[in-house]
Amino acid sequence: MEQNTLVLGVIGSDVHAVGNRILDYAFTQAGFKVINIGVLATQEEFIHAAIETNADVILVSSLYGHGEMDCRGLREKCQETGIGNIRMYAGGNLVCGKQDFESVKERFLAMGFDRVYPPGTMPETAIADMRKDLGMTED
Amino acid sequence: MQAVLLIDFGSTYTKVTIVDLDREEIIGTARAGTTIETNIMDGLKAALTQIPEPVEGWNFVRKLACSSAAGGLKMIASGLVKELTGEAARRAALGAGARVLQVFSYELTTQDLDKIISAQPDILLLAGGTDGGNKEVLLKNAEMLCGLPSSLPVVIAGNKVVSAQAADILRKRHDPVVVSDNVMPELGVLSVESARLAIRDVFFTHIIKAKGLDKAEEFLERIMMPTPAAVLSAAELLATGHGSEQGMGELMIVDVGGATTDVHSIAKGDPSKPSIMLKGLPEPFAKRTVEGDLGMRYSSEALVETAGRRLFDYLGWTGDQVACQLGLCKEDPWRIPQTEEEAKFDVAMGRMAVSLAVDRHVGTIEVVYTPFGATYVQHGKDLTQLPIVIGTGGVLLHHPDASEILRGAVFNPEEPTILKPQKADFYIDKEYILATMGLLREVSPQVALRMMKKYVVKL
Repeated sequence: MEQNTLVLGVIGSDVHAVGNRILDYAFTQAGFKVINIGVLATQEEFIHAAIETNADVILVSSLYGHGEMDCRGLREKCQETGIGNIRMYAGGNLVCGKQDFESVKERFLAMGFDRVYPPGTMPETAIADMRKDLGMTED
Repeated sequence: MQAVLLIDFGSTYTKVTIVDLDREEIIGTARAGTTIETNIMDGLKAALTQIPEPVEGWNFVRKLACSSAAGGLKMIASGLVKELTGEAARRAALGAGARVLQVFSYELTTQDLDKIISAQPDILLLAGGTDGGNKEVLLKNAEMLCGLPSSLPVVIAGNKVVSAQAADILRKRHDPVVVSDNVMPELGVLSVESARLAIRDVFFTHIIKAKGLDKAEEFLERIMMPTPAAVLSAAELLATGHGSEQGMGELMIVDVGGATTDVHSIAKGDPSKPSIMLKGLPEPFAKRTVEGDLGMRYSSEALVETAGRRLFDYLGWTGDQVACQLGLCKEDPWRIPQTEEEAKFDVAMGRMAVSLAVDRHVGTIEVVYTPFGATYVQHGKDLTQLPIVIGTGGVLLHHPDASEILRGAVFNPEEPTILKPQKADFYIDKEYILATMGLLREVSPQVALRMMKKYVVKL
């Protein structure tokens, strides 16, 4: 069976490399082909990587609190470049300060993300969702 | 005596170098006009007769050649994303010694086909998709290329999953169609060696004939490679050494020509300071760049335009004075400076060409402000610690003040983000042997290496 491919990176001016490595490890172990574009990744880098590798999912992580700003417009750019239907996940400390996660989630869903995760989410949660979304589970 | 004949069929001159393999010495060098329109052998013979023949006659043990005649090797590259496989394909073509006429990205259009037709490339390099990645574009572009009115040699270096299928499609229209390894097998991994070899193979099995160079092939063993590929090969040998014979270590070669300025660096280019993040495509250890708008004669006008203020500041001249000198360059591309003023102009132009070409070759560093303070991001090669810069090309060799020109390759504190060598020693390829030593490497790498170490002299 062909492996499902995901593009993983830390968006914007964010340099948190440890979480990125953990996610890379966890998703690789779970059987995904991980294209890790690392930290300080621009929206364009996510999109270019996804086009070239024919990826199924873009997985954006952000820990420094400016994720909302960095992620805005990503779906539109995907549409412009012909990969408008790609699945987009985001997770981490996506916004500044203590905000109600439900409202954060709403905002990200409105921006075109398919899944949004609060701080402290374990990789297993996203892996299980991704398996379901990509039709990898039996049920 | 074991004499080896080494020939460089240039676009204007055919240069001949005879080497004594035993003594590791140059016996003679000569040049004559390249006679591609009539018979390539005429120019070669004219050059050969200038070197006094020994009484027992020449008895060459090897006869090897490289060529940049008839426009050199002209290529068009095509990838998927411009910054990724498009760029990887461009680098593979440059590394094979080609002049890259154009790089296309995404799906080819009928307008792109028109451009290919009018550009008349010798080879088309078709890339796109990582292995296991995007398949559509390689297949679609293969299909599209069948719409060209005539056959064109194609090297496929894209997604391995569909390469064979793309080749089958292309073979309906084109010949030869060669499949090599993907130039970007995984995202961010550059793998150009296989494509380079495939291009070289197509060059001497097909392009040589198309350019009328095959008439020399009966006399030679075979025409080995495009001249720039020979220079890059020589540079690599000189830097890395061979067997027990040590090389000179990491180095840069700047070749200032009439039409282009080529820069070769044989260096890793890793960050020289700690905690710098590398971004962008990885750089090839042996990297070649070509600047078509930076040349001393054919592209002198473009050079003045690009250098702009810097040139005027350096010369301290008025616009009229520069225009007057520029006119002389255009009138007579083979002009050698007659007056002090002309010499000064040539130095200034050479210096600008070197400076701008090296600016574009080396990497840059950028400060990114994050909530945790400033972080440094490096794109391309950091060559600040590079110890050696070697100059070659007509202007540098015939000029008494070559180091003044080469100083253009050095780090400029006013532009600290451009990672040029900070304190390199300058060398010059006095006998103009780099290309021919790239050829000699094919048969006797140790001799070629020792000869370069002998004939490339410190300034």
